[in-house]
Amino acid sequence: MSALEARIRQAKSKNDILLMTHIVIGYPSFAASLEIVDAMVEAGVDLMELQIPFSEPMADGPVILAANQKAIAAGSTVERCFAFAATVAKKHPIPFLFMSYYNLLFRAGVGSFVARMRAAGVHGAIVPDLPPEEAGEYLDAMQAADTDPIFIFSPSTSDERLRQIAGHARGFVYCVARKGVTGLHTTFSAELDAYLARCRAATRLPLALGFGVQDKTDVAFLRGKVDIAVVGTATLRLIDDEGVSAVGAFVRGLR
Amino acid sequence: MADPLSPDRGYFGKFGGAYLPEILVATFRSLEAAFAAAQADPGFWREYEALLAEYSCRPTPLTFCENLTRDCGGARIFVKREDLNHTGAHKANNVLGQGLLVRRMGKKRVIAETGAGQHGVATATMAAKFGFECTVYMGEVDVERQSPNVFWMERLGARVVSVKDGSRILKDAINEAFRDWAANMDSTHYVLGTACGPHPFPAMVAYFQSIVGKEVRRQVLERTGRLPKRVYACVGGGSNALGVFSAFLADQTVELVGVEAGGRGLHTHKHAARLASADASLGVAQGYRTYFLQDADGQMHETHSVAAGLDYIGVSPILAHLRDQGRVRFESATDDEVVAALARTVQREGLIPALESAHAFAQAFKEAPQLSPDDVIVINQSGRGDKDIFTVADAFGDPLWRDFIRRKAASYASKP
Repeated sequence: MSALEARIRQAKSKNDILLMTHIVIGYPSFAASLEIVDAMVEAGVDLMELQIPFSEPMADGPVILAANQKAIAAGSTVERCFAFAATVAKKHPIPFLFMSYYNLLFRAGVGSFVARMRAAGVHGAIVPDLPPEEAGEYLDAMQAADTDPIFIFSPSTSDERLRQIAGHARGFVYCVARKGVTGLHTTFSAELDAYLARCRAATRLPLALGFGVQDKTDVAFLRGKVDIAVVGTATLRLIDDEGVSAVGAFVRGLR
Repeated sequence: MADPLSPDRGYFGKFGGAYLPEILVATFRSLEAAFAAAQADPGFWREYEALLAEYSCRPTPLTFCENLTRDCGGARIFVKREDLNHTGAHKANNVLGQGLLVRRMGKKRVIAETGAGQHGVATATMAAKFGFECTVYMGEVDVERQSPNVFWMERLGARVVSVKDGSRILKDAINEAFRDWAANMDSTHYVLGTACGPHPFPAMVAYFQSIVGKEVRRQVLERTGRLPKRVYACVGGGSNALGVFSAFLADQTVELVGVEAGGRGLHTHKHAARLASADASLGVAQGYRTYFLQDADGQMHETHSVAAGLDYIGVSPILAHLRDQGRVRFESATDDEVVAALARTVQREGLIPALESAHAFAQAFKEAPQLSPDDVIVINQSGRGDKDIFTVADAFGDPLWRDFIRRKAASYASKP
């Protein structure tokens, strides 16, 4: 069991559903990102995705896409994102994960990127445009650095492929709730139950569910079905509409 | 040597691959299977050729340019007339081929990205003919500069979505098309317009465009009794170049020359030369691995060209591989050289190449005088320029045209 998985299981013993939130590093600014992380941790989140912005975020919807572009325009370089991650990982006891697209790892050199990630105290990475077929070098580097590659299940993934992906995964598996990109509405229904049952059958790793999880009702629906509810776009939207100060109360109200 | 157009697990050398979000993996698997089945079916290519003959004027002619040959004083210059395709460019070949594939797959909706608008118009045309629903994604900047094409796409029944994210050009339209596909893959096929993107698109688009090279090789042998010394094609994503080059890959005496957008000059970094400049580097974006114009972190740069169809950050993984193998030479032509080459071709031959295609002419004009009158060169005129009258008139800076537009605008201003 990886260190991340152990942390998740430990947290799970105190809470029947864990919360993972998401930020885009440097959006709306680095100072604001720090405040947001502080407020989220204070409000009790169990894990957090730190997205390093990329100019072509293919799997993200309009809200996260715009945040990526604004963060890059405001000077969010990979270098500054590493420094930011090191700061928050040192300051807060929860596990942090990087989320980004493969080109940023590829350009930095996958081995070097992963080693620096480890040195910054980041526990794992989610790379949504890197299917296991293309991930040989990444998997080796993640193994060598003892950090976790978080892979993705989707409703269109066959049972056989779910098992193949699970064979490469460590830490937990991120289940995408539906077709489409981040930030759209998800119908939490019996169909979703059937999909989650397929996911559960494919792996013994903890399961996270994201894409369209927006409020307390959605999180309540997921109780007992997955281990981690992922709230991404909803907090970014809140920050856009109401500002950073609204984050704490929103997160506290999620479960 | 392995067939250079046939990928090994999606890779051409170290280029290509399929870097896909998990939600799209199954869709790509079924597309791969449908394409393989079509390729294996001898009736499919015949059906494709018959459709193109009936609907898109194929085979397109190979035109001898007597005046340009005399002016250049070197090689005999022939031009492949892809401008005579229905909708005015080689784009029709790929689009009609994918249309047949969509019909085989039983899907009812097609989506496409478009930069200059040619691929969008071709896709909207195909959708009208085959009875598919059609949505075209186009960057807001391109919508502004290519309104006539938007007009035609809408008349043809397509919905044109103006993409307001990112730099609001071709690459952003591609991202948006992928987002649509990730939500609607069961009903929808994404008609990618060039030999880029995740496997199997590069191989599939090159396969449909190979009809161009097959014709050229036969035509040039019939006409001159010899193979060409050099073949010139402009390179945006790379589909017209691969189309015309593919038939000559095994003919080692034929030099293949790809011409990229030199924009305001390579030294200004305002260009779209991925393979002809030192500015590009290996990367992974938009689902595939190739040379991209990007910064040290891997963020994509803005590119520039007078020709919207060449104004793109990446390039076909097949061409990147052929460059590394030394099989294709890459050059670039600046905006100014291209406008001059276009003017010269119009005046001397009465041919009106698209600004994109004029890149190939510009490079051929630089090299033809050094060749012997016994040599034959072929330029691929990938598209026609007359329908891009707004863009071409701007490129020429034509004062009479500007006056006309001002009067026209004034007449609209007085109407409700």
